[in-house]
Amino acid sequence: MLARTVLQQADIQRALTRIAHEILEANHGGSDLVLLGIPTRGVLLAERIGAILESLEPGSGTTGALDVTMYRDDLSRQPTRTPSPTSVPVGGIDGKTVVLVDDVLYSGRTIRAALDALNDLGRPRAVRLAVLVDRGHRELPIRADFVGKNLPSAADERINVKLAETDGEDLVEISGGEQ
Amino acid sequence: MKHLLSVRDLDRAAAIGILDLAEDMADVATRAVPKLPTLRGRTVANLFFEDSTRTRLSFEAAAKRLSADVITFSAKGSSVSKGESLKDTAQTIAAMGVDAVVLRHGSSGAARVLADSGWIDAAVVNAGDGTHEHPTQGLLDSYTMRKTLHGAASRGRDLEGVRVTIVGDILHSRVARSNVWLLRTLGASVHLVAPETLLPTGVDTWPVTTSTNLDAALAEAPDVVMMLRIQSERMHAAFFPHEREYARQWGLDDGRFAKLGEDTMIMHPGPMNRGLEISARAADSQQSVILQQVTNGVSIRMAVLYLVLSGENS
Repeated sequence: MLARTVLQQADIQRALTRIAHEILEANHGGSDLVLLGIPTRGVLLAERIGAILESLEPGSGTTGALDVTMYRDDLSRQPTRTPSPTSVPVGGIDGKTVVLVDDVLYSGRTIRAALDALNDLGRPRAVRLAVLVDRGHRELPIRADFVGKNLPSAADERINVKLAETDGEDLVEISGGEQ
Repeated sequence: MKHLLSVRDLDRAAAIGILDLAEDMADVATRAVPKLPTLRGRTVANLFFEDSTRTRLSFEAAAKRLSADVITFSAKGSSVSKGESLKDTAQTIAAMGVDAVVLRHGSSGAARVLADSGWIDAAVVNAGDGTHEHPTQGLLDSYTMRKTLHGAASRGRDLEGVRVTIVGDILHSRVARSNVWLLRTLGASVHLVAPETLLPTGVDTWPVTTSTNLDAALAEAPDVVMMLRIQSERMHAAFFPHEREYARQWGLDDGRFAKLGEDTMIMHPGPMNRGLEISARAADSQQSVILQQVTNGVSIRMAVLYLVLSGENS
């Protein structure tokens, strides 16, 4: 199947740097920020954004992981999913501005599950959403606050996000569909 | 996973997968809302044909933390005392709309029969069948060992090289059987200590070593000592002359406890006969993990219920 590269390593790096700046701007600084990545690649992206935040404003790059498997609405429609660990930074999320980080925003159902999961962990002051790619086709009234790249796509196309930590290279490609 | 009937159906990767999943479930208990919506709308039936307190409560707590509905059936004072069979009882419960059945039964193999017979569609979890197996107990024991040895770094690890000594009524113990097979799968080595009369025939075909001398076995400084309950309800023959003699030869009394290493884990599946197979001092000591076993049991059962009740075939 033919795969077309839409973001390369430098593009991803630039997008994450921009997102980090936007987060600081929207938050009026780096205080009380918590970045929670959604496994698997969202966690890696959250850590990268966290590192950039830390270099811009020391102390602002608190990151963690938020697994949403147990909150999904499609558990009985798919093969059994194995959850990943959730790790909330020391200090919790009460009163903090939580930025959820994921690789691709699609139907919005993962984020819906994440909001439910967050609700059981505490009461953040605000919740924002940062994604590397927004590919459209929302099924719920959810939108991202910080977007790396808007990538209008057909429903039968596949967006693959590859990150060096898990896949050996940084790459976003689009495949399938009618070429 | 459609059913959980025996730990022998699990390979090492699957067993570690369940233990890792239980780690996630244990984290839930520490949160502001210790509950997950995962099994909302699912019904779990506890079918207990034998007396049980902790296993039944543990399964009940696990199901409720996953937001499943629970109905409980215990044989005492039920239609079973009027002569109803396992098949009819199970079909009656299933007709009420049940997604999973947690079965405790006095006959070895009862859970397998229920799962394979086609009487019901529900997932079957074996919660102890006769003297055959008690898979969730085996899993929670391995989980407790791994957690005590490796703490927060437990995820993904097996029990390679851990030496476990299991003491007591091996003959009637489903807990011992589930532990033997699962511990071997996870790489631990198992030594059994019991009076000759309480070792099953054919134990020489098990992947274990056996002996009858507890003092000699403890002198080997095992990492884990697991004391089994003397099950008076199954003692229908004279397996040993007198309880006092059993306690003196095979009980973990104060004298034997004092000689144990400081980091030797002491385990017991409960309920304990204090003063018979284990002394109060040993049971309440720092190195006893008996209460952790109970806590971990809920996490393990949450993991098992999640695995049998999620997925497209459920």
